[in-house]
Amino acid sequence: MKFTINWLKTHLSTDASNAEIIDTLTMIGLEVEEVIDQAKILENFTIAKVIEAKKHPNADKLQVLLVDDGKGGEPIKVVCGAPNAKTGMMGVFASTGTYIPGADFTLKKGNIRGEESNGMMCSEKELLLSDDHDGIIELPADTPLGVKYVDYMKIDDVMIDVAITPNRGDCASVFGIARDLSATGLGNLKDEPIKAIPASAGETTTSIELRFDDEKEPACPLFAGRLIKNIQNVSSPNWLQQRLRDIGLRPINALVDITNFITYDRGRPLHVFDADKISGTLHARMGKQGEKLEALDNKSYEIDEIMCVIADDSGAIGLGGIMGGTSTSSDENTTNVLLECAWFDPINIAKTGRKTGINSDARYRFERYVDPSSTRDGIELATKLILEICGGEACEIKIAGEKLPSEKIISFPLAEIERLTGLKISYAEIKVILTRLGFWLSGSGEIVKIAVPTWRPDIEQKADIVEEVMRMVGVDKIPVEPLPSLDGVAKKMLTSSQNNRRLARRALATRGLKEAITYSFISQESAKLFGGGDKSLRLANAIANDMSDMRPSLLPSLLRAASRNINRGFADGAIFEVGQIFLDDSEMGQKNYASAIRYGSAKINGAGRHWQSKVEKLDVYDIKADLAAMFDVLGQDIEKAQIIAEPAIWAHPGRSARVQLGPKNILGHFGEIHPSILAKFDLEGPIVAFEANLDALPKPRKKATKSKPPIVLSDLMALKRDFAFVLDKDIEGANIIKAAKNANKAMISQVNIFDVFEGGSLDKDKKSIAIEVIIQPKDKTLTDEEIEIISAAIIKAVEKATGAILRS
Amino acid sequence: MSDINLEQLSDQILSDIKAIKDKNALEQLRVGTLGKKGSVSALLSTLGKMSPDERKIMGPKINALKQQVAKEIETRQTELKAIELELRLKSEKIDISLPLQPAPTSTGRIHPVSQVIDEISAIFSDMGFSIAEGPDIETDELNFTALNFPPDHPAREMHDTFFFEPDENGERKLLRTHTSPVQIRTMKSQEPPIRVIMPGRTYRCDSDQTHTPMFHQVEGLVIDKSTHIGHLRWVLEEFLKSFFEVDNIKTRFRPSFFPFTEPSMEVDVQCDRSGGEMKIGQGTDWLEILGCGMVHPNVLRNAGLDPDVYQGFAFGMGIDRLAMLKYGMADLRAFFDADVRWMEHYGFRPLDMPTLFGGLSS
Repeated sequence: MKFTINWLKTHLSTDASNAEIIDTLTMIGLEVEEVIDQAKILENFTIAKVIEAKKHPNADKLQVLLVDDGKGGEPIKVVCGAPNAKTGMMGVFASTGTYIPGADFTLKKGNIRGEESNGMMCSEKELLLSDDHDGIIELPADTPLGVKYVDYMKIDDVMIDVAITPNRGDCASVFGIARDLSATGLGNLKDEPIKAIPASAGETTTSIELRFDDEKEPACPLFAGRLIKNIQNVSSPNWLQQRLRDIGLRPINALVDITNFITYDRGRPLHVFDADKISGTLHARMGKQGEKLEALDNKSYEIDEIMCVIADDSGAIGLGGIMGGTSTSSDENTTNVLLECAWFDPINIAKTGRKTGINSDARYRFERYVDPSSTRDGIELATKLILEICGGEACEIKIAGEKLPSEKIISFPLAEIERLTGLKISYAEIKVILTRLGFWLSGSGEIVKIAVPTWRPDIEQKADIVEEVMRMVGVDKIPVEPLPSLDGVAKKMLTSSQNNRRLARRALATRGLKEAITYSFISQESAKLFGGGDKSLRLANAIANDMSDMRPSLLPSLLRAASRNINRGFADGAIFEVGQIFLDDSEMGQKNYASAIRYGSAKINGAGRHWQSKVEKLDVYDIKADLAAMFDVLGQDIEKAQIIAEPAIWAHPGRSARVQLGPKNILGHFGEIHPSILAKFDLEGPIVAFEANLDALPKPRKKATKSKPPIVLSDLMALKRDFAFVLDKDIEGANIIKAAKNANKAMISQVNIFDVFEGGSLDKDKKSIAIEVIIQPKDKTLTDEEIEIISAAIIKAVEKATGAILRS
Repeated sequence: MSDINLEQLSDQILSDIKAIKDKNALEQLRVGTLGKKGSVSALLSTLGKMSPDERKIMGPKINALKQQVAKEIETRQTELKAIELELRLKSEKIDISLPLQPAPTSTGRIHPVSQVIDEISAIFSDMGFSIAEGPDIETDELNFTALNFPPDHPAREMHDTFFFEPDENGERKLLRTHTSPVQIRTMKSQEPPIRVIMPGRTYRCDSDQTHTPMFHQVEGLVIDKSTHIGHLRWVLEEFLKSFFEVDNIKTRFRPSFFPFTEPSMEVDVQCDRSGGEMKIGQGTDWLEILGCGMVHPNVLRNAGLDPDVYQGFAFGMGIDRLAMLKYGMADLRAFFDADVRWMEHYGFRPLDMPTLFGGLSS
């Protein structure tokens, strides 16, 4: 919403400085977005005379001017491209060194096709006065030479642009802004009643009707019209043109300028039809499929059933409350006008506005709610201005329908202000503020009755009144008060799930992995590849093809990231994400996962070539170690979980496993990415990955005490025995560990595999696995015989469980 | 054996010992002198054949020689060991300049958004808040209606919502446009007093340098029977001071509009934009940083609370933006691009854990 200080002062008498006004606007919720001091911007432009205009010797479309800037010096040579430059004309001159705001450059001494140029004669556009760039400004012959243009034009105004929140339609007008400012005590509102204009020309002969389905609330419940006869649609007077120019609107003709003026001045959009172009009954109705409108912005719009149109017997002639049509628009030949002043449903306006994409001043106001009681004032004010500027005789106002301004009375306990804000304020102060905003207060005591003005649909209950008072007093007047502590030392803040995610991140980062955060949506193809892609998880209005489906896994995005990084020349990397995946669209379908990938040669001890180590390919055990480390931090020993050779959907079938606590409690998967998936992502393997469902981890049990069980430390030396077995390749080595441990649970404290070997003298389908068994005597040193018995039990157990044979 | 011969032998042996350069030769000498058939042992064996008088004289002399030789051999042995060690150490010199592989703790990184969430959590835990969460896929009811967005209201449109296809009942779910649905969920499931912050992912169909279709928000909610805007000002001012790690910060609360709060305010912080760098807590400019207000009575009612009994405030701010302001990233899009260079540069070390006792940032 744009206006100027001078315009504001037509409604507000105040001694406040511009800075005070600007500051107050922001502090009452009318956020100032831009301030333009035009006098300052244009202060270096002066009035000059073209003494001579000659054709440029080397250019057809250019002239060489000799300009008198009135300072008594030599005539100044200026090369000019304007077609209207001619000898003897008065115009606006900028000397070299002047900043030209409309073109955003500082004028320099120039040489244009061999002719020197030491300044510029300016167009309105170059001075930001309008969009007119057809020629330079031409001033009357008697304009005083050498005077500053801003002084001559009396440009002394400051333009202000404020952001109006969607609830404050009443401030989409200079008058409304003045009223808000007056409530702070910054000045007094000049609130003179608008007088009715007597109808001298009888009845408005055009028929006006509302044609809406009775079942629904009409999109246009009120339509007032007034015929004004025998007018002359002249140019607007200077004051009116200036008002519009000051806020960046281009004056067109008196009728259009008057409606634009009232729109901004009073927040009351109006429309003028050329009454002679209306055929039959003027009416408001819903649009019809297939109808079209040639609108005043010279674009054609498709009408449909949700749009409210103004129509005559020829069809739609305007989009109600948004924009008129060309077929009935007024022009310089118009003599009889029909003034429309109606009320449109804000929601319907907003819908139609969005659908058509028209951003008009009328839409801006109607969708924020126009005061229904402003209909009469709007039409009378417009009539007054039309009669003053264009002459003519007004007919009686004709009204179809009604929109009764809702009467709202709020019972307001005065204590409510302190209850919600902490602000202590007297009833007298409250009353002054609210009365200046147009509220009526009655009653005395603890609870008063407050009547809400018709232009404030946003005020519905007590809290809304509190806001009004708070705005005007100022939030900075509210004393700051510490939030009382709930209990002594703060309790644990994070839930175990939140803590798990936090710790998972830290654990993985200590393993050299970098945390990525990627979008929750991925391409449909990727989603399907990783087990997702269900219709219920597909966005109806995705902004891009690769952001269409909620992700079933964190891995596709990590693989994409790997691919991008590799293409940038960073071939090795280890990245992870801890975030949400979506199994379905329910609350329970969203799971917290942690996933990681290693690619290139990014092992835990570094990537690439190094003098200490050989470059080795990544293998599944690199990523299993990351998963194990993370689980360990989260209290889950991976070796105590079941590791089943069931590959993940994305994994190499022979190089992946599922980690589970039971068949129905799957913690995650790790493995090498399947070559065919790598190909889809344009990647080369091996790339290893894990994904873990953090929500599946067992919840920590609440224990009565934090005390740990007593430690039993044996004084007896543990002893080690090595065994080597030959077994089928397909048999899992982990089975040997399990069998060996179970051979004597009391004595065997640990079993480690220290060698795995294939080939050599072994059969093709065999492998050799060597284990080291640590035997911990409990209460006495073991005899050789006892050790022999344990060893024999180990061999027997392993042979039985795996079919292995002890290597001799 | 005469004294002179004994002296000659002694001189010979001792000078031989001094001349020996390696331990094998020294051993040979030891055997050749003190060994069974050694020269000094041979002398000792002559004692038996001597007269008692002679023995009385020669005995101590020969024994003294034996002891002296033994001592000198030992001394030489020690010397030779030292020389040998010195030589070994010299030969064992390595190039000590070679670089290590980087330690995993030096290459791992925490994303700035995770770090900033931890920072925010540390601050609010001190004020007695806990963390509430809700799903990203929400209903229209919880994302809008319960939060006092009337159906068809233009304010809904301002949110650029991502929708899913309608189900068989014609209901369409959406991606939450703010974390505010968690306010409703919390109020419905928890008895006041309530003090929670709600960090999480939010979505709007918008994309440019400062807008990404996904971003992070944190909201705060306090509900009890006495909390008012004076408390809200305190909480936010304390938070901003603590988060930006400055001793003082000027704030400006401007009345504004949000459907779910009444009164509503936007908060600007004092900043200095000179020199192309944003400094919070200095200078004369203002930077809009968050929105807040008293929870709207309709929202309280929708959550099953009586607005004449319960009251409180809510606030919301962008986590990514807070991160950008504190740590200087210029482009929001890079947050979600997983460029290893960006992660390396803007990410945090694994053990940089923000706490109040250790400091939010190092």
